[in-house]
Amino acid sequence: MSKVLVIVETSASDIKPQSLPGITAGKAIADKSGGELHLLVLGASPDAAAAAVAAKGYGATAVHTIAHAELEPMTAEAWGDAIAHAVKSLGATAFGGTATSTLRDVVPRVAAVLDAPMAGEITGVVAGDTFAREVSAGRAIVQLKMSAAPFGFTARASDFEPPAEGGTPSVSAIAAPEISKRGATVLSLEKTESARPALTEADVVVSGGRGMQKGENFKVLEELTDLLGGALGASRAATDAGMVPADLQVGQTGKVVAPNLYFAVAISGAIQHLAGMKGSKTIVAINKDPEAPIFQVADYGLVAKWEDTVPKLIELIKARK
Amino acid sequence: MKILVTAKRIPDPDENLKIANGAIDTSASKWVPNAFDEYAVETALRLAEHVGSKDRLAEIVVLSICPKDKKQHLTQFLAMGADRGIIVDADDTALDAQSVAKLIAGVFKKESCDLLIAGKLSQDAEGNEVAQRVAGLLNLPQATFGATVNWNRDGKTLAVAREVEDGVETKQIPLPSVLSVDLRIVLPTSVVNNATAADHKYQEGPRLASLRGITMAKRKKVDVLTPADLGVSAGLGVALAGVQPPPARAAGQIVESPEQLVEKLATEAKVL
Ligand SMILES: Cc1cc2nc3c(=O)[nH]c(=O)nc-3n(C[C@H](O)[C@H](O)[C@H](O)COP(=O)(O)OP(=O)(O)OC[C@H]3O[C@@H](n4cnc5c(N)ncnc54)[C@H](O)[C@@H]3O)c2cc1C
Ligand SMILES: Nc1ncnc2c1ncn2[C@@H]1O[C@H](COP(=O)(O)O)[C@@H](O)[C@H]1O
Repeated sequence: MSKVLVIVETSASDIKPQSLPGITAGKAIADKSGGELHLLVLGASPDAAAAAVAAKGYGATAVHTIAHAELEPMTAEAWGDAIAHAVKSLGATAFGGTATSTLRDVVPRVAAVLDAPMAGEITGVVAGDTFAREVSAGRAIVQLKMSAAPFGFTARASDFEPPAEGGTPSVSAIAAPEISKRGATVLSLEKTESARPALTEADVVVSGGRGMQKGENFKVLEELTDLLGGALGASRAATDAGMVPADLQVGQTGKVVAPNLYFAVAISGAIQHLAGMKGSKTIVAINKDPEAPIFQVADYGLVAKWEDTVPKLIELIKARK
Repeated sequence: MKILVTAKRIPDPDENLKIANGAIDTSASKWVPNAFDEYAVETALRLAEHVGSKDRLAEIVVLSICPKDKKQHLTQFLAMGADRGIIVDADDTALDAQSVAKLIAGVFKKESCDLLIAGKLSQDAEGNEVAQRVAGLLNLPQATFGATVNWNRDGKTLAVAREVEDGVETKQIPLPSVLSVDLRIVLPTSVVNNATAADHKYQEGPRLASLRGITMAKRKKVDVLTPADLGVSAGLGVALAGVQPPPARAAGQIVESPEQLVEKLATEAKVL
């Protein structure tokens, strides 16, 4: 029987929301192959977090833990040792989770060690061993069939809803194998502090591009963002120029978002940017150039300068609230 | 210090993508270097050169797995300044990521390299897995998605700022090890080798090959190996079960004013 092992990331006492879509994907793989969903929690002392995960259930059969001091902070080296061991000792047929920076770092490493195939950033589960994913900046969707088990997967957050809670999985510890960071050390972790919702989870995303000219001009976009309770995004040109932090980049190499409402302000609409936002439900483009390619994907286009339109937009939306 | 840089050829991303007979048709494609690999070569060059001196701090070997008569992309990297090239003669379009990783790991060992620099992503397949796989196969430390790198030559370590969920992690890895690079590695001050003056600013983006570089490239050595030379027999862990174009978006409309926009967002799209 198939056994799908989903690695969840946790804080000291709870699951991180970013891990939720990966559980949904894992459950779909388990269901389509008539198998079980298993969850794996790693850390120095993962018991409290594992209990919190088990309380929500998520339709899993079991929650497994591996405790080892080397597992914190996360490194691909140490996590790779733990995950490969868990896959082998449980006889898992699939392993993975949400395509976070953590799992995109470690899942391929584990796949290599296990001589396993994998499918990264899947957008759909076609069958228990066949997955849809985008290639070439979203210009084609391929279906990949895994020819062997176990295989690895990571699931694109914007394509999987949070999982349903329920069930009463067992909780048990797997004895830690030899785990090593192989001389790697995490020197620092600078989190971008923001009171706004995460880009990949927000209902509304307001993104600015090179045409915003400088960082302080993003203030007006922030105002629009906060008015709509959304998250701020940007094009590569804006992040590279240092107008806003790099982790706001939307696109092929940034975050992939699919909110209800996406504003592209002073963004030309290069294919690599479109790859990160064309799944949005409603797209609004504001650009002074009527030929800008962004208008080809926009539901509503406004050919105008942001200076002349965004402040007005804010005023009008305020008036409606 | 010997740096191995991997470089993939990809169908020109600016061309229209053709889908035929259940596959992406690349028969008429123009092949160009993967942008992330241009960044990887630029990273290696910035690590290796001591700007303002003739000293070279590292040898740079560029490796591509591709048919041996399709190596134009490699020539570009030699012209940028890499020292020599290696081709593993194989049809890259028919290899899975694990086979590619095994070939790269094989060359890394054969050449006794200290560092692999790979792109974080191939722009066509978007696997985002080869560098991590090579690190796993070689049992070496890895720093993926690198945005800046600082080489401590005495300590034989790299400090790599990595773009992670909602922030930046700085990870130190000892050599030998594996580095994969993200877009921002080619900003003017992203690479520090502690020989070039600390306030030196590079151009933004990978350097263009000079005329002299292009002439020199023709004289640089390119070894050709086969998978058999490296003891790798290619498996295929993944099979293509179909290809579709992305769903088309319904045609949009141009609105005349912010007033009209807000009106339509509220009443038509019902998102306000
Ligand atoms: C390998 C690779 C990966 C990449 N990944 C990404 C990615 O993930 N995300 C991404 O975004 N890009 C990515 N890019 C870059 C991408 O190709 C484009 O260069 C980038 O998206 C351009 O950003 P932009 O639209 O802000 O800038 P530009 O293309 O310069 O466009 C600026 C726009 O602003 C408009 N404008 C100027 N002034 C005003 C004004 N006052 N009011 C209104 N409009 C104005 C202009 O008409 C223009 O259309 C990648 C590139 C490569 C090679
Ligand atoms: N055929 C190849 N030849 C050389 N390097 C490759 C090849 N395929 C992938 N790579 C390297 O692996 C990186 C990541 O590729 P991928 O995992 O396919 O996204 C690329 O940026 C290259 O550096």
